[in-house]
Amino acid sequence: MHLGVPAKCLVNKGDEVKVGQLLASADGFVSANIHSPFSGTVLKIDKALDASGYKRDAVFIGVKGDEWLSTIDTSTQLKKDCRLDPAEIIHRINEAGIVGLGGATFPSHVKLTIPRGKKAEYLLINGVECEPYLTSDHVLMLEKGEELVVGVSILMRALNVEQAVIGIENNKPDAIAHLREIVTGFPNISVQALQVKYPQGGEKQLIKAVLNREVPSGGLPVDVGAVVFNVGTAVAVYDAVQKNKPLIERVVTITGKSLTTPANYRVRFGTPVSALIEAAGGLPEDTGKVINGGPMMGKALADPGVPVVKGSSGILILPEPEAARRQTEPCIRCSRCVSVCPMGLEPYLLMVLGQKSLHERMENEKVMDCIECGSCSYTCPSSRPLLDYIRLGKAEVGKMIRSRKK
Amino acid sequence: MNKLITVSPSPHAHSGESVSKLMYGVVIALLPAMLVSFWFFGMGAIYVTLLSVASCVLFEFLIQKYILKKEPRISDGSAIVTGVLLAFNLPSSLPPFIIIVGALVAIGIGKLTFGGLGNNPFNPALVGRVFLLLSFPTRMTKFPKLEGFNTPVILSDSNISDATTGATPLGIIKEGLGSGETISSLMEKNHLGYADFFMGNTGGSLGEIAAFALILGLIFMLARKIITWHIPVSIIGTVIIFTGILFLADPNQYADPLFHILTGGLLLGAIFMATDYVTSPMTPVGQIIYGVGIALITVIIRVFGAYPEGISFAILIMNAFVPLINRYIKPKRFGEEVKNG
Ligand code: SF4
Ligand code: SF4
Repeated sequence: MHLGVPAKCLVNKGDEVKVGQLLASADGFVSANIHSPFSGTVLKIDKALDASGYKRDAVFIGVKGDEWLSTIDTSTQLKKDCRLDPAEIIHRINEAGIVGLGGATFPSHVKLTIPRGKKAEYLLINGVECEPYLTSDHVLMLEKGEELVVGVSILMRALNVEQAVIGIENNKPDAIAHLREIVTGFPNISVQALQVKYPQGGEKQLIKAVLNREVPSGGLPVDVGAVVFNVGTAVAVYDAVQKNKPLIERVVTITGKSLTTPANYRVRFGTPVSALIEAAGGLPEDTGKVINGGPMMGKALADPGVPVVKGSSGILILPEPEAARRQTEPCIRCSRCVSVCPMGLEPYLLMVLGQKSLHERMENEKVMDCIECGSCSYTCPSSRPLLDYIRLGKAEVGKMIRSRKK
Repeated sequence: MNKLITVSPSPHAHSGESVSKLMYGVVIALLPAMLVSFWFFGMGAIYVTLLSVASCVLFEFLIQKYILKKEPRISDGSAIVTGVLLAFNLPSSLPPFIIIVGALVAIGIGKLTFGGLGNNPFNPALVGRVFLLLSFPTRMTKFPKLEGFNTPVILSDSNISDATTGATPLGIIKEGLGSGETISSLMEKNHLGYADFFMGNTGGSLGEIAAFALILGLIFMLARKIITWHIPVSIIGTVIIFTGILFLADPNQYADPLFHILTGGLLLGAIFMATDYVTSPMTPVGQIIYGVGIALITVIIRVFGAYPEGISFAILIMNAFVPLINRYIKPKRFGEEVKNG
């Protein structure tokens, strides 16, 4: 369900659970709590296939009614004030099992704990849809603008920063206008319109676009004084701190050219992807591929029965002709992959080095900086599988680096 | 779920760009200059172009199929581009066997011995041209007078006397300067004018005569993002600066920058030959270094060397430096210099 150490299961077969009840607790610092999205009875605890294609521990719940824990404030009234001290805020975020909802699912309390000797100056809120086709952040900004901004102010308190900037691409003028109006009541929060440019939703790219600072190779955003959270995460923070509601649902885009009713849904975790597809009009005839995520970085699903999890920002259905990969041709050295790479790498070279297993040279050519945005493979006229080889290379170089440290 | 769906790693989308689309884009960009050559050189130009393209495609097919025993890939269009570019570098009055030899050298030696598209260090069309220039120097530098469709087609030495062969503007100037004349008097005596250079009404190889047609091709390729500005602009800019300095030093001895730009295949080289993907550097900075190098070598050959024209040699020389440029000129890595602004 999240990046880091898996959580430890706390319930047993036969237990009755309510919505919001803790199912599994964080095991270690870089880990997160998991709460029940449904009420009902625990049927079994077993391995289940998740969206990444691996089997993971899962709690199976027989759903009965929709009974929430009484501690959760389910009213929709906006609660603006927060006078808690930073440690308490971080504690509540930790309790609520909040992870980054942009896709990477990094536990949020870890990000909020600034390493000693570093100082955060800016809080950046990522309102840039991470990929084309996905619109979940967009609708969230329109529908939960107030909660979002309060969430931002809470995060600022927790981080002790003076300035927060919400970055939104300028193809969403309605979201920009809406949030600009709300932030008039918050002197230190501003909204910045950004150019539409993939992959602007990457942390490092966003920092570059908003602050014109570049995170050094191998570094963290806080090295240049910035901490980045996704808009969805900010809303979840609001829910957790002000309403005592743990992270049990998220907005998921379900889209695709042949779908009858593409839409955004607020979905509880654990809902099967296939149920979402049904809600959107059913799986189209010409389906060639079902993707968890967007077209550039998403994962193709072998089985749409897998559940929606914390990192599922969207489900994309591609029709048959677009699903198949095109035939690879020789590299004509057109340099398109080089000019498109947001990290300043040379994908054509990395692929050649990867094919020859020259991992040291790949490391020198900064393969580890690759953010796997997919722009190189997308743009290559020879349809070369550049990112496939770069991924393999990153895995090998990663092993090499780790064994060196030992 | 009983239907099979595709599972493959990301990205799941593709730009739709392909090698053949790019190559046919280049062919379209070459059309204006091709039509100009038909206009001025008549049937001879059509015959040279067709024979060159046909032989290049055929050799590519035969060598890939029967010698290399690989799937022939002539449909990618790269052999057509090589064929047109080779023709552009030839005079309209060549016997068939010279053209066929040129195509064989371009495709066979220039391209396929190195492993085919993407692996050849030197521009194949230029390899073909320079081979012919060194092997058949007199035939390669004989250009018929422009008489449109009345220009005689000269296939063999038997009727070569039918043609009044004229020299190229650069050739005339080089020869005249050698015998002590000044540029302005030479231009006047030989009726050389910039308007003619611009429109193509001048002696030379098929593709080099009309500046306007080549510039149309450049605009098309830039608009369609087939190439970037770096190589053509750095070549043309450097030639203007270098020849401008020489011209200011002594206008009687050195032709002015405009003359250098409009003649001797400079635009053909800068726009179509030097920008060949395979044989040019991968980064913008590398491409500018490459362009400046080509321009400097071209002017040095033209002004101080033995040949009146120099861009073919200059491009081939710089082709040899491309691996070195790629090795040392890296793109700016993200996060390399930390800005604290
Ligand atoms: S985009 Fe493809 S063909 Fe072009 S240089 Fe990169 S790998 Fe080679
Ligand atoms: S996926 Fe390709 S374009 Fe994107 S960062 Fe990695 S190498 Fe660069």
